[in-house]
Amino acid sequence: MNRRDFVWMLGCASSAGLLSGCIRGELRDDPYESAAFGNARLLHFTDCHAQLTPIYFREPNVNIGIGGAAGRPPHLVGQRLLDYIGVTGGSRDAYALTYLDFAAAAERFGKVGGFAHLKTLIDRQRAEVGDGNSLLLDGGDTWQGSATSLWTRGTDMVDACNMLGVDIMTGHWEFTYRDDEVMQNIERFDGEFIAQNVRVTEDALFDGAAAYDEDSGHVFKPYSIREIGGHRIAVIGQAFPYTPIANPQRFIPDWSFGIRDDDMQELVDSIRATEKPDAVIVLSHNGMDVDVKMAGRVSGVDAILGGHTHDGVPRPIVVENSAGKTLVTNAGSNGKFLAVLDLDIGKGKVNGYRYRLLPVFANLIPADAEMQSYIDGIRKPYLDKLEEPLAVAGTLLYRRGNFNGTFDQVICDALMDVGDAEISLSPGFRWGTSVLPGDTITMERVMDQTAMTYPETYSREMSGAEIKTILESVADNLFHTDPYYQQGGDMVRLGGLNFSCDPTANINFRISDLILDDGRMLEAGKNYKVAGWATVASESPGPPVWDVVAEYLKDKKTITVDKMNSPKLRNVADNAGLADYANTLE
Amino acid sequence: MGKPIKIRAKIKGDVAEIKALMPHDMESGLRMNPDTDQPYPAHYITDVVVELNGEVVMTAYWGQAVSKNPYVSFSIKGAVIGDTVKLHWNDNEGDSSETEMVLKPKKKRIGT
Amino acid sequence: MHRRLLLKGIVALGAMAAWPRLLLAARPDAAFIADNAEDAIKDVFGQAPVHSDQIKLKIPDIAENGAVVPVTVSTDLADVESISIIVANNPTPFVASFDMSPRVLPSVSVRIKMGESSQVMALVKAGGTLYSTSRDVKVTIGGCGG
Repeated sequence: MNRRDFVWMLGCASSAGLLSGCIRGELRDDPYESAAFGNARLLHFTDCHAQLTPIYFREPNVNIGIGGAAGRPPHLVGQRLLDYIGVTGGSRDAYALTYLDFAAAAERFGKVGGFAHLKTLIDRQRAEVGDGNSLLLDGGDTWQGSATSLWTRGTDMVDACNMLGVDIMTGHWEFTYRDDEVMQNIERFDGEFIAQNVRVTEDALFDGAAAYDEDSGHVFKPYSIREIGGHRIAVIGQAFPYTPIANPQRFIPDWSFGIRDDDMQELVDSIRATEKPDAVIVLSHNGMDVDVKMAGRVSGVDAILGGHTHDGVPRPIVVENSAGKTLVTNAGSNGKFLAVLDLDIGKGKVNGYRYRLLPVFANLIPADAEMQSYIDGIRKPYLDKLEEPLAVAGTLLYRRGNFNGTFDQVICDALMDVGDAEISLSPGFRWGTSVLPGDTITMERVMDQTAMTYPETYSREMSGAEIKTILESVADNLFHTDPYYQQGGDMVRLGGLNFSCDPTANINFRISDLILDDGRMLEAGKNYKVAGWATVASESPGPPVWDVVAEYLKDKKTITVDKMNSPKLRNVADNAGLADYANTLE
Repeated sequence: MGKPIKIRAKIKGDVAEIKALMPHDMESGLRMNPDTDQPYPAHYITDVVVELNGEVVMTAYWGQAVSKNPYVSFSIKGAVIGDTVKLHWNDNEGDSSETEMVLKPKKKRIGT
Repeated sequence: MHRRLLLKGIVALGAMAAWPRLLLAARPDAAFIADNAEDAIKDVFGQAPVHSDQIKLKIPDIAENGAVVPVTVSTDLADVESISIIVANNPTPFVASFDMSPRVLPSVSVRIKMGESSQVMALVKAGGTLYSTSRDVKVTIGGCGG
């Protein structure tokens, strides 16, 4: 069996496959075409972060898995991921899945995503199986991440999703708009917004707050039953469980979240008993590691279609639990991928599946004219602002990764410079597009890194002890061995301060060797001037971060990143989620 | 006199599920007053008594670490429509509050 | 006032054998000021708990707000006399205790304060024996989500 046959087997007989996945021999005219499989097609995209137009997005070279997550997807980066799925380096698929030789590959293969291209691909995938045989699911983080989504309070994305034909969605950053705006947007949305794990607080219920179900306290409908290909499919929503911790509670004061996997089990059992579905799917924004754990604890779910952690995982992880097996997937971010799960459904059970994670290559898929015209219309009033040139990228600018990306370093440097601070902090968000070397950094690209509803900056005194506590706390939220105790995003980004990190240690023992850029040791009892943004507890007093970064960029004209405040890493030198990283210690 | 208790009840079969919210500061005695540099004095509910038709069915004993505006829910077996449920609390400063409701067939909100 | 209510309870109850324990119980004041869980448990129960899989402690793994952590304790154990909640790392760990008659289902929900990440323990006294289960709850700084 040669390599291509092997990949084909993976793609069609069991699980994964990219563009090359399901085609014997040479590529067909339409590389997205596939042989028929099963009787129901689930299309899934997630974490598009409001990117309506094609973009570049560099996958991480640092995505460390700890404990049981070490050495398995999504914690395989670069060549290790390619080896795992049998994709050749330098290929189009390798460009989609990894950071390897990114700038050159991006020049060669072009931008990814864009709703006009996604629309064409989705329409084709739906047409292939015929009317009534497919569902389009959106895992959330759809209304936030771009300038236009912020300026239209998410409505540009709601309308775009309506045109795309999204049937069902769940959410996370959706909840960073005010609760009344969330409800208005859901009203505007033609599909259903579902979440079993969002409840009205008891206080609010006593005060007569609105709920989907007053008895259970569900804010939103918890699940939806759809008839696809003559079979009943239950889709359960799982919103991001730690929204009020990772993001401001003040926008959604009456809502409480949580993983609530015991409630999930009760719901699955009750749906199985009363609705008699042929398949049960969870549309999840838990994040991949949380989904893998939940799949082991909750039985009766056929597949968890996951998001949040932005992992482009080409092949589902099959998790065994007390009643059988559950597939767990994660479909990347920024409109870069469309996942296609074809199911062969029988009476009351799923007999087989085929999973493909299709990269959305903008230059292989023509733009849908109607969607393109809609997007142009949305952008038109903002075009001058969006296209305002600020500086030229002297190097590849990106964010994604467990530690500082180059674009984060620019933000951190800008915060220190404009805020006259010796240290800066910037959140480890997973969203944010990439800018190729030599390209102009426009205001739109800055907004891709910063567009959110709590962008205010601060510059204040903080003690060394306080800074250490923040780093330990965020590191624990990223590297706790039990994924249920992880929350939020990647590690907080630092400017002006260097440290060592042992991801395998316990809280309060991961961070050490805190040294400022000028060589001084950070002292616990001493105060330092720290600049930052995106405070969760209360609104900060300073200008929005995009103005700070824009001012800095205009001043610099060409941006090079000479020094990265990335930590020295201990005890992870052999971790499969770490590659091409300069600062590794034994 | 303490603030009024909000109470709701829902009957399912012969079980009455009671939910109650008791507006109260539940001051722990540990929180500092920035103006005086002294902690706010402890002020918290110490016990809650639940009666069904005059019969005590539950007594809760609380300390300072029950959250502000305490919420409690529990279920009483063998409750029927027309039964009276009464809640009463005392706090460490001698304050108290009391409410009672008659179980009705439809879910009803009593509160102020 | 409290006493009068309790007396009313006696009258209503007549001869039910299970009742005197509840009626005679008083607030375990010493437990509420004990600065460690062990002393508090000894003060209230006079015995050490044994672990039980029949207690369900429902509490978030990560608290949304350390000042308001919802907790539900329920159990399949028979003859439940009381349910108590302990937060090991609170300055005074003994948080709440619910003495219940057989008329109350052995399940209670309340919201508690947690000063920092801690083990949270649910204690159930049933048939004269003290049982427990526990879970770790993280109280963390927010932010950086994404």
